Amino acid sequence: MSIIRANQLDAWEKCVDTGVHFMLGNYALVEGAISAGCNFFAGYPITPANEISERMSQRLPQVGGKFVQGEDELCSVFALAGASLAGAKVMTATASAGFNYMQEGLGYCYTIEAPIVIADVMRTRGDNFATYADVYQLRYGCSGDYEAIVVCPASVQELYDYTIWAFNLAEKYRNPVIVMSEATIALMRERLEIPTAEKIELFNRKYTTAAPADYLPFGAPENGCPDFAPLGKGYKTIYSLNPHNEKGGIDWDPDEFERLYKRVCGKIRENEDDICRTESFMMDDAEYAIVTYGSETRPSIEAAQMARESGIKVGVLKLCNIWPVPEKAIREVAGNVTKIFAVEMNMGRYVNEITRVAGGKCPVVSVTKNRGQIHTSAEIFRAIREETK
Amino acid sequence: MGEELKINPLRKFLRKEKLPHFFCAGCGCGQVLNYYTQALDALNMDPEKMLHIGGVGCTARIPIYLKTDMFHGVHGRTLAWATGVKMTQPDLPVVIFAGDGDLVSIGGNHMIQSCRRNLDVTVVMVNNMNFAMTGGQVAPTTPEESVTMTTPYGSGEPRFDVCRLAMAAGASHVERWTTAQPVQCKLAMERALQHKGFSLIEIVSQCPTHYGRYALKTGDPVKVMNYIQSNTYAKEQSERMTDEEKEGKLPLGMFICEEKPVYAGTNMAF
Ligand SMILES: Cc1ncc(C[n+]2csc(CCOP(=O)(O)OP(=O)(O)O)c2C)c(N)n1
Ligand code: SF4
Ligand SMILES: [Mg+2]
Repeated sequence: MSIIRANQLDAWEKCVDTGVHFMLGNYALVEGAISAGCNFFAGYPITPANEISERMSQRLPQVGGKFVQGEDELCSVFALAGASLAGAKVMTATASAGFNYMQEGLGYCYTIEAPIVIADVMRTRGDNFATYADVYQLRYGCSGDYEAIVVCPASVQELYDYTIWAFNLAEKYRNPVIVMSEATIALMRERLEIPTAEKIELFNRKYTTAAPADYLPFGAPENGCPDFAPLGKGYKTIYSLNPHNEKGGIDWDPDEFERLYKRVCGKIRENEDDICRTESFMMDDAEYAIVTYGSETRPSIEAAQMARESGIKVGVLKLCNIWPVPEKAIREVAGNVTKIFAVEMNMGRYVNEITRVAGGKCPVVSVTKNRGQIHTSAEIFRAIREETK
Repeated sequence: MGEELKINPLRKFLRKEKLPHFFCAGCGCGQVLNYYTQALDALNMDPEKMLHIGGVGCTARIPIYLKTDMFHGVHGRTLAWATGVKMTQPDLPVVIFAGDGDLVSIGGNHMIQSCRRNLDVTVVMVNNMNFAMTGGQVAPTTPEESVTMTTPYGSGEPRFDVCRLAMAAGASHVERWTTAQPVQCKLAMERALQHKGFSLIEIVSQCPTHYGRYALKTGDPVKVMNYIQSNTYAKEQSERMTDEEKEGKLPLGMFICEEKPVYAGTNMAF
C-alpha cells in the first residue's frame, strides 16, 4: 500500500473542487469519488441515485475519466470489475432494486479481490422512500464466503468524506466497499466543505515489483492482500471465480480452497481496528446509549439532548461503518450503560448484531421506524422515555 | 528407434501445466483453440500482451490453456467485463471465447448492446447448439425439433441466427464457419484480430457428448460434423438454392466487415 499525497498528482489536483459549497448529497458523493481519483463510472438509471450518474457523466470527462451508461446493473458492475483490473479507480451507484442485480459481479470482485466502490442509495421495495431495510443484503447478498465493508455517511459532508474513505479502503484491502446512502441525505442540500487537494490522503493499490516468472497473483501474507500486476504485460494472471491457488490457476484442492477463503475473509476480519470507525456523543457519563448509523444519527443526537434536558443521561454511539461490525466499540458501550437503544429505519435488523455483540451485558431495545422516513428526534425521545420510566 | 518426437510449435502459446486439456475426445473446442493459435502465429501476436476472456461453459475453457491474462468463471458477462477494460486500456487487444448459451442466452443483452456500440473486441462464439457443460440442454441456438435434455419431445422454439442478430445490432465484422473449415476459421480469426471494432466469429462446432448423443443419436464426432456440413451452406450459393433447400440451414461466410467508429464511452469525445 502506498500513500499518495494529492499534490503529487498534478491533473488530479485540479479535480478537487476546493471550497465551501451548498450541495446536493448525491453530488457530494460524486465529488468525493473524484477527489479520491475515481476515473471510471458505469451505472444504470434508478431513483434516488440518478443525480450520481448525471453528475459523473459531466465530471468524469472533465478530469480524463470515462463514463458508461450500461444496459443494466450487471453490465455496470462487471464493467467495474474489468476497468478495476485494468487499473482504474471505479464506482457505480444504484438503489436497492439495482443492487439486487449486482450481487453476481460483487461476488466476482470479492473473489478475485478487485477494488470497486458501490453507492447504494437504498430505497423501499418498489418505490423511492427512505429505508435501511437492506443492511443485511449489503453484507450477505452474494453467494459464497466473503467479508463486506460498508460505510454509512450521515450528512452531505460525510457523503463526500466517506466516499474518499471507501476508495481508500477498497484500494488498501482489494475488496469491494459499499457506501450506504438513502433518499434523506442523498436528496438534501447542505453545507459541504471540500478541502485543498494536499489535505486529502489517498491510498493506491500496490503493484508488484516481481518479474512475471516470480509473480504470485494471489500470494499474500496471512490476512493481507496480494499485489496487482498490470494487464497485458506478461504476468499471465487468471482472474477466475473458480477456486484458485496462489498462482491463479483453477484448483480444486480442498487445502487451496480453504486457504483462499481464509485469507479473503481474514484480511477484513483481522483488520477490524484499522477498518472500523465510530463516533461517540455525550457518552462520558451516559447511563443509556443509542447505537445507530447513517442518517438516523442526527435525530438520535437530538433525542439524546432532549432526554438529558429531562434528566435521562443518554449518549450516542454512531457506527461510521456497519460492516465489518465495530465490535470493540459496541462491546465497550454495552459494558458501561444499563440499556442500549438500537435506532434504525427498518423493521429491526442491525439490532441483531448489536444484541449479539452486547452479549447480555445489557439489554438492547430495538427502536424502529418503517414508514419510508427517518425518525424524528421526538419519536426517538418518546421511545427512550417509555423504556426508562 | 530413430523416430524424432515432434512438438507442435504452437505449444509455445499454451500453459504446459494445464495439459492435458479437459475437452472430450472429438470436441470442437480443441480445434478452435488450434485455429486460434495458428491465427496468432500468422500475425505474430503475443497472447501475453493481450487479454482473453472466457465466461462459463466448455467454450469458456479455451483461453485457460493460453499463456495470457484472462478473466473467467462468470456466465454471460464477458462483454460487460470487456467494456470496462476497453475504457481503461483501449489499446489492449481483448479476445472473448463464448459459448452460444453464454453469448446469446444469459449474455444476450450485453451482446446486442456491444454490437450497437461497436466495442473494439473479438468474440469467438463456439456454437455447439446446446448448453454443453451443464449436460446438454436446449439453447437459443438449438435447431428446431432437436431432442435435448430439456426438450425430450423436441424443441418447439425457433433458433437464433446469431450472425444476423449481430449485424442487425450493428456489429462491424461478422463471419460464420464450421470446425470442418480450418483454413477459413484461421483466416477469419486473423481478420478479426486485425479489425478495429466488434468482430463476431461464429464457429458451428460438434459436441458429440451431448448434442451428438441426444439430438443426433450419435457420439461420433465425425457424424456430428457431417450433420453440420449438411445443414450449412456457403452464402455464395444462396442464389442458386431454393428456399426449401435453405430451410433450417445456416449460411457460412463473411457477412460484413466495415469500418465504423469504435466505442469510447457514453459521451462524445470531450
Ligand atoms: C449464473 C449462472 N447460471 C447458470 C450456470 C450454469 N452453467 C454453467 S455452463 C452453462 C452453459 C454453458 O453453455 P454454453 O455457453 O453454450 O457453453 P458450452 O458449454 O456449450 O460451450 C450454464 C448454464 C452458471 N455457471 N452461472
Ligand atoms: S461436453 Fe461437448 S462441448 Fe463440452 S467438452 Fe464435451 S464435447 Fe466439448
Ligand atoms: Mg454451447
